[in-house]
Amino acid sequence: MIARFSDVVVVYDNFPALAGASFEISSGEIVLLQGPNGAGKTTLLRACAGLLPIARGTATVLGCDLGVDRFSVRAKVGLLGHANGLFQDLTVEENISFWSRLIGASDHDVETAMKIMGLSARLCATRVANLSAGQRRRCALATLIVRRAQLWLLDEPHAGLDSQGRDELDKTLRAAREAGATVVFASHETDRAASLATRRLTVVGGVVSES
Amino acid sequence: MRRTTDNKVTRGKVASAVLLKDVRVELRSRVVTNQVLPFAGLVMVMFAFALDNDDVLQRVAGGLVWLATLFSLFFIVQRSFAIDTQDGALDSLRVAGVDLSAVFFGKAIALAIKLIALDVVLVCGAVLLYRVDLSASGLVLLVTCVLCATVGLAFVGTLYGGLTAGARGRETLLPLLLLPVVAPVLIAATRATEAAFGSGGAQTSEGWAWVGLLAVFAAAFGIGGSLAFGSLIDE
Amino acid sequence: MSQVLQNSSPTGTRATKVIGVCAILVMAWVVVSGLILTPQDVVQGESVRIMYVHVPSAWIAYLAFIFTAVASAGWLLSKKHSMGFDRFAGASAEVGVMFMAITLITGSLWGRLTWGEFWQWDPRLTTTAFLFVTYVGYLAVRRLEGSVEQRARRSAVVAMLAVLEIPLVHFSVVLWRSLHQGATVLNPNGDVKMDDLMLFTLFSGVVGFTLVFIWLVLHRQRTMLLVDVANGQGLDSAIATRRAEGSVA
Repeated sequence: MIARFSDVVVVYDNFPALAGASFEISSGEIVLLQGPNGAGKTTLLRACAGLLPIARGTATVLGCDLGVDRFSVRAKVGLLGHANGLFQDLTVEENISFWSRLIGASDHDVETAMKIMGLSARLCATRVANLSAGQRRRCALATLIVRRAQLWLLDEPHAGLDSQGRDELDKTLRAAREAGATVVFASHETDRAASLATRRLTVVGGVVSES
Repeated sequence: MRRTTDNKVTRGKVASAVLLKDVRVELRSRVVTNQVLPFAGLVMVMFAFALDNDDVLQRVAGGLVWLATLFSLFFIVQRSFAIDTQDGALDSLRVAGVDLSAVFFGKAIALAIKLIALDVVLVCGAVLLYRVDLSASGLVLLVTCVLCATVGLAFVGTLYGGLTAGARGRETLLPLLLLPVVAPVLIAATRATEAAFGSGGAQTSEGWAWVGLLAVFAAAFGIGGSLAFGSLIDE
Repeated sequence: MSQVLQNSSPTGTRATKVIGVCAILVMAWVVVSGLILTPQDVVQGESVRIMYVHVPSAWIAYLAFIFTAVASAGWLLSKKHSMGFDRFAGASAEVGVMFMAITLITGSLWGRLTWGEFWQWDPRLTTTAFLFVTYVGYLAVRRLEGSVEQRARRSAVVAMLAVLEIPLVHFSVVLWRSLHQGATVLNPNGDVKMDDLMLFTLFSGVVGFTLVFIWLVLHRQRTMLLVDVANGQGLDSAIATRRAEGSVA
């Protein structure tokens, strides 16, 4: 059992972004979160990463009770939000090696990640500020790959990527699953995502249900 | 793709990675050199306009250097965290699962380096604009004072900068929180600098006690900051 | 819990009523004694009577500061992070800021009346001014957005940092002022020759102000509790509304 949420409420300034979410995610799944804007998909992903306090209910992710200690789960997950988490003035390679150095990944891991995301040598030497949105997304995904996390949490990862980039992303997510990770991603692209996902959850009004 | 938990990254490695990142970003973007240093220089000139008396300026030069430092501190601290909040890197830092006290030290040392560069310029400005004399023993005192004071300011700046970073409306809180805390640094650094400059007949030997106070301040907030930073930077 | 919030939710209990009555009685005595019964000072004349407000206010201001620090430490160290600690810390800080303002204003007036100066860089006065600004900052931090738990954690840490900062400020100001040996440290309090009645009135003032402080803090932390409960109940209806979003679609 990778994650279990039971009637979880997460609050932003007295607004219940998650209003009693309950679901279970087993190991090795690729779970698609679908739902309208403002439904709570982003909140759900961030809560799984241990970033948000649980106001009500119980949530367990990778063996950590988020109500008691939501800090130790963070090292085990990889989160890719709407923003890319990159430093604009550094090159692609400097960005990836910064994040990899923080978690003790090897140079080999870095090279592999850059190759998987199709980041050429020329691209790696370019400052992030000079990249297109799609290229930045690929760089961000590379920093996620380097983490080799047990649980991958991605918020609309396909956004901004061209069709080649999307294919590479899908390949990467499948490879991650084969290597033993679990993937949860939110997406508006139901067709493509449907072929990728092993399971679909619908998030509406802060509540989760099976599709 | 199981993550090996054996290769635990040492705090030193995390701190140096963060330090290197901050310094590298500054070298590339040159915000401190191109914006903050000119601002500080301008402040020194403005003081001369306002005080309009060579003897007075010479007498208070020490205090003016540190006032200009404090005013510039806000910009440098906010810039230090803007680097991280710009593209959501602060969130990634939180999720990274690293020891946040190591991040604290990395960012603080980077901040201290920028402050030292700033103070070198300000001291030169004081020597040039306010006609201050600097002896050899005074220089030793001054260098020690600048080192201790900037490290203390860097610790406090990183700590409260972390608290006020990110969400809307928090940046304006930084001066309110920071100024009461850095008052001891202002008092001690000014007295030590005046002793180094020999302003108002102060002897160099008098300045060392004040440097001691600066060192105590830096130690206190280095320890306190590393403990508190993790809680303050979390959402 | 819903019983707590009715049309009127009094925050008083038997304890606060008793404390309130005692406070009124003691303060009435202080007013009568301070304004009428005690003699004027040989040097300062009638202006010495400000002392009966200024000194107890200063005492309460520092008591509030210590109380906030202890309550904050309590929150940080307790396993359950009981919110009661956080509410007491916040209430104490609010009341403390008020008494600090009174201390600074009365001290300023007193100095003006006796020595013609609104302000002196006396270490105690200067440190009190810094404490005041620090606590205004603490209250601003309490009002930052976030959940109740986040507010409690942030402000507890800021309060602990204030405990670290205030002695440093005080020490450096004392050292600073000691340089100015020539300038007289004009402290109206130090020059007053106190007879027994004045001393007793001053002591009663301290007791009376302490009772007022306790009474205010108890009521304030209860209103904070009611606000938290109201938010909690508001949360229930907000959750219901939120879930309804889903069923409409």
